[in-house]
Amino acid sequence: MEYIISVLLSGISVGGQYALIAIGYTMVYGILRLINFAHGDVFMVAGLMGIYLSASTPLYVALPLVIAMTAVLAFLIERVAYKPLRSAPRMSVMISAIGVSYLLQNTATYITGAQPMTYPSIPFLSDTVVIAGTPTKWAVLLTPVLVAVLVIGLTQLINHTKVGMAMRAVSKDFETAQLMGIKINNIISVTFVIGSLLAAVGSVLYFTNYSAVTPTIGALPGLKAFVAAVFGGIGSIPGAVIGAFIIGICETIIKGLPAAWDVSVFSDAFTFALLIIVLVFKPTGLFGEKATDKV
Amino acid sequence: MKKFLALALSGVMMLGLLVGCGQTGTTSGSGETGDKIVKIGVYEPTSGDSASGGKKEVLGMQYANAETPTVTVNGEEYKVELVISDNGSSTDKAPTAASNLVDAGVALVLGSYGSGVSMAGGPIFNDAGLAAIGVTCTNPNVTAGNDYYYRICFLDNFQAEVLANFAMDKFDADVAYLLGETGNEYDQGLVAFFEQVFTAAGGTVIKKSFPTNNSDFTTYLNEAKDAGADVIFTPVSIAYATQIVTQAASLGITAPILGSDTLDDNMVLEAAKGTDIQLFVSTFYQEGGSPEFDAGIKNYINTNSTAKDSNGGNDTISAVTAMGYDAYYVALEAMKAANSVEPEAIKAALSGVTYTGVSGAIAFDEIGDAIRDTAYIKTAKTADGTWALETVQKAG
Amino acid sequence: MIQKKSKKGTFIAMACILAFLALIVLMENLTALVPGAPAVFKPTSQLFVVLKKTAVYGLAAVSMNLLTGFTGLFSLGTAGFMLLGAYTYAILTVPMASKDQVYYLFGGSAVKFSLPDLFGGAETLPGLVLGVLIAIILAGCVAAAFAWLIGLPVLRLKSDYLAIATLGFAEIIRAVFQWQKLGPITNGANMLKNFPIFSSFNIKDAGGKVILRLSTFVPFLVATICIVLIVLLINSSYGRAFKSIREDEIAAEAMGINLFKHKQLSFCISSFFSGVAGALFAMYATNAQAKPFTSAMTYEILLIVVIGGIGSVTGSCIATFLYVACSEWWLRFLDNEIILDSGAKVPFLRAGFRMVVFSVIIMVVVLFFRRGIMGTKELPDLFKRKRKEGAK
Repeated sequence: MEYIISVLLSGISVGGQYALIAIGYTMVYGILRLINFAHGDVFMVAGLMGIYLSASTPLYVALPLVIAMTAVLAFLIERVAYKPLRSAPRMSVMISAIGVSYLLQNTATYITGAQPMTYPSIPFLSDTVVIAGTPTKWAVLLTPVLVAVLVIGLTQLINHTKVGMAMRAVSKDFETAQLMGIKINNIISVTFVIGSLLAAVGSVLYFTNYSAVTPTIGALPGLKAFVAAVFGGIGSIPGAVIGAFIIGICETIIKGLPAAWDVSVFSDAFTFALLIIVLVFKPTGLFGEKATDKV
Repeated sequence: MKKFLALALSGVMMLGLLVGCGQTGTTSGSGETGDKIVKIGVYEPTSGDSASGGKKEVLGMQYANAETPTVTVNGEEYKVELVISDNGSSTDKAPTAASNLVDAGVALVLGSYGSGVSMAGGPIFNDAGLAAIGVTCTNPNVTAGNDYYYRICFLDNFQAEVLANFAMDKFDADVAYLLGETGNEYDQGLVAFFEQVFTAAGGTVIKKSFPTNNSDFTTYLNEAKDAGADVIFTPVSIAYATQIVTQAASLGITAPILGSDTLDDNMVLEAAKGTDIQLFVSTFYQEGGSPEFDAGIKNYINTNSTAKDSNGGNDTISAVTAMGYDAYYVALEAMKAANSVEPEAIKAALSGVTYTGVSGAIAFDEIGDAIRDTAYIKTAKTADGTWALETVQKAG
Repeated sequence: MIQKKSKKGTFIAMACILAFLALIVLMENLTALVPGAPAVFKPTSQLFVVLKKTAVYGLAAVSMNLLTGFTGLFSLGTAGFMLLGAYTYAILTVPMASKDQVYYLFGGSAVKFSLPDLFGGAETLPGLVLGVLIAIILAGCVAAAFAWLIGLPVLRLKSDYLAIATLGFAEIIRAVFQWQKLGPITNGANMLKNFPIFSSFNIKDAGGKVILRLSTFVPFLVATICIVLIVLLINSSYGRAFKSIREDEIAAEAMGINLFKHKQLSFCISSFFSGVAGALFAMYATNAQAKPFTSAMTYEILLIVVIGGIGSVTGSCIATFLYVACSEWWLRFLDNEIILDSGAKVPFLRAGFRMVVFSVIIMVVVLFFRRGIMGTKELPDLFKRKRKEGAK
C-alpha cells in the first residue's frame, strides 16, 4: 500500500513538472503552430541560472531574477530566431527551433564545463513531509496546487482580458487578426514570455526535486510536455495539464511494475505510443477544439 | 547585409580550412627546430554525457604533464605535449576524433573514459599502428581482439565480483536491488556480472533499468525499500548517481548504496554530504594512498581556474584523475622502455612495461589488460563530505 | 544529372559520377603511388574518415530529402530506421567465430548463422562481398518493412503531428533494441562488433600488406548507387506524383493520385535507404549500439538537409561534407587552448567552444540562408546557367 502511494506521489510530482512546461508549449503551439523544441532548453537554462545566481545572491533576490531573466531569454529567442521567419514555411521555423535548442545545449556544456551542476536547496520547498508513511518534498505537494492556480489564472487571462482576446484571435487566424489591428508580434512575444515564466517556475520546482542539472536535461521533459499538450488537445490549457498528469502517472506506474516483467525500459516509449494512439484515434486530443486544418 | 554575412561566413570557413590543413601539415615527425617534442594523444569525451568523467581524467594527465613536462629517451630530452581530442561521448563522433590524433602525429594515445567510444576508436588506432592505453574503460571487449589497445584499469566482471562479495560479507545481504541505465553497456555489464555472483551465492536480485535522461528515481528507490533490499547496487554515470543519492536521502533510504568506480566522484560525494546515506564505492585509488600526489594535485587544481572548473569547482580528487595521472607515467615509461618515440617501437615495448603508480602496481597481461587483483572500497563520510577507506578487497 | 532527358546529359552525368569514384580511389592510394604526396592524403588522414562519414550521412540526408523535400512529408524517424538497418546488418554479419565473445553476457547468440560465413567467411572475396551486400540489402528491407507498418497509422497525420509521431516511433524502436530480454539477438546494451567494416575491403597481399585501399571507395560506391536510384525515382512518374503531393495534396488527389499509396511508397523507399545508411553507419563506427541513434542524430541529418537546400539532392551531398568536416575536423582547434608566441592566451578557447561556434554558424545559415546552399537547384543547373551567361 505504502508502495502504491509512493508511486502515485512520484507520478504526481513528475506530472506536475510536465504540466508547467506543457502550458508554455500548448500556448505557443496554439498561436504559432510551432513545436518549440527550444522550450525544454529554456527550462534547463533557467535551472542553470538558478544555480549561478543563488551562488552569488541570496535566494529571495536570485529566484525572481531567474524568472525575469528567463522571460528576457525567451523574448530574445523569439525576436532573433522566430520573428524573421514569420513568412517562411512552418518547417523553417521548426528547424530554427532545433537550431536554438542545439545552441543552448552547447553553450550550457561550454559554460558548465560539462559537469552536472547541483541545484541549491530552497528552504521549505526542499523540506521533507511524510504522507502515509512515504516521505516526499513540499515541492511535490505544492506543484499541483500551483498548477491549478495557474490554470485558473491563465484561463481568466485568455477569456476575459484584451490580451487574451487578442491571443485567441491570433491563434484563429493570423492575417485577419492583423487586419483587425492586433499587433501580432507583441501578442506572440507576450505568449512566449508567459510560457517561459511558467518554465522558470517549473524549473525551480523540478530541480528542487531532481537536483542535478545537465545540458540535456530539458530535452526529454520538453518533448514529453509536448506530448502532454497534444494529448490534452493543443491550445487547451486545462487539457495540457490533465494530459501532463496522466502521462506523469502512467510513466511512473510503468517504472514501478514488477522487475520480473522488465518493462521499465519502456516508460518513455509508452508516452510516445500513447501519443500515436491519440493522434490516430482522436487527433484533436482530449479537450481540443475541432480545428479547421490550416494547410 | 546578407552579402556581408555570406562573406563573413565563408571567411570563417576558409580560416577553418586553413587551420585544418595547417594542423595536418605539420604532423609528420616529432622533431622540430629547437626543443624536441613528443606528442601524446588524449582521446577523451569533453562534451556529451560522459564529459564530466572525461574531463577529470584529462585533468590527471594535465597535472602529470605539468609535473613532468619532459622525458629523456635514448639520451635525448623531449618536451611532452598533450593533444586533446574530444570524442563527444558518442560512437558517431569517435572515429573522427581518433583520426584527429593520428593526424596530429602522436606517439601513443591515452583514453577513453567510457568503453563504447574506446571500441569505436580502437580500429582507427589499430590501422595507424598507434598503441592506446585505456584509462578507465572497463568493458572486456575493448582490448579483446585489438592488439593495440591496452588498459590500466580492472574489468567490469572483477569489479562486480568485488562488490557482490563485499555486499555479502559486510551486510549479509540476501536481497539486492540492481539499477542501471537502459542501453548503457557499462551499467548493464556490471549489473549482469553482479547478478551472476550474487545469485550463485544464494542471494536474490531485483533488476531494473531506467530510461536514458531519466531524473525521477523515487519510484525505483521506493520499490527497493518496499522489497526490503539489503543493498542497492547502482553502477551508473555521474549525473544519475547524484540524482539517486539525493533522492535516496530525501526518501530516507537506509539500505547501503553500492556503486562502481564512476561513483567515486566529487559531485556524488557533494550530493551525499550532510545526508544519512550509506554510500560505498569500489575504486582504483584511495585518497591518502599517496600524500605527495594528493597535495600536489590539490595545489594544481586550486591555482588553476580551468582545472577547478573541470573538477566541478572543488578539490576532491576523483579516482579517474588518479588513473589519468598514472596513465601518463605509463606512457612515459613505455617511451623509455622502447628507447624511441616511434609509435611502432612504443607499441612493441608497452606489453613489457611495469610501473607502480598512485593507484597501485601496473602490468599488462597477454590481452593487454592490467593485472590487478585489488580494488579499494571507500565509503562516503557524509558529515564532512570526504571519502574514507573501508576495505581492500581481493578477487576470489 | 537530374531533369535532363537527353541521352547526352545522362551520359555526362554517368561519366562525372564514375570520374568522381575513380578520384576517391586515387586519393586514397595517392601516398602509395606518389611518395611525396601531402600529409592530408596519408591513408590514416582525417580526410578519409570525414569522407566515409560524408558518404554515410549523405545517403541518410538524401533519403530524408526524398521524404521532406520531394514528397513534403516531414518525418523525424530517420535515426530509428538507421538503427534498424545498423542492427540488421550487424546481427547478420557477426562471424560465427566471434559470436561468443561479442554476446558474452548472453552466452552466445540466438542467430545461429552469419551471412559472410555462409559464403565461405569474411576473409574470402565472395564471402565478404556477397555477405555484406545481402546484409545491406536486408538492412534496407527490414527498415522498409517497419516503415510500412508504422506508415499505416501515422501517414494519415499532417505535418508537425507526423514529425512528432515518427520521432516517437524512433524512440520506441530504440527502447526495444535496448531491452535486455532481447539480448540473445540484439546483445542488449552491449555493442555488436567484429563484423566486416570498410577497411575489410582493402586488398591485401599474402603478407597482410595493403596493396590497394578501397575503404573509402566502398561506402561511396554504395551511397552513390543508392543516390542514383533515388534520383531515377524522383525523375520517374512516381517522382512527379511525389512532387505534386508536396505542392498541393488536394490538387494531387484530384489529378487521380492515390495520396496514401504514394505517401506510403515514398516513406518505405526513404526508410529503405535510411536502413542502408544505418548499415553503412555500423561499418563506419565499427560497431552497432542503440545509444547513438537518438533524436539528436535525426536533427543533425535534418540540419544537413536544410543547409543543403530542401529539395536538392546534390545540395544534401555537399552540405553533408561541409557539416561533417566543419564540426568534426576544421573547427577542432577551437577546443584547445592556444597560447600565442607573446604568451597571451586566445580568449574563450577551451573544451566545448567548437560546438558553440558551430551551432552559431548553423543558426546563421538557418536564419539568413533560408533556402540553403542550393535551394531546389542541382549542381548541373548551376553550370547550365553559367554556360548561358557565357554565351551572352
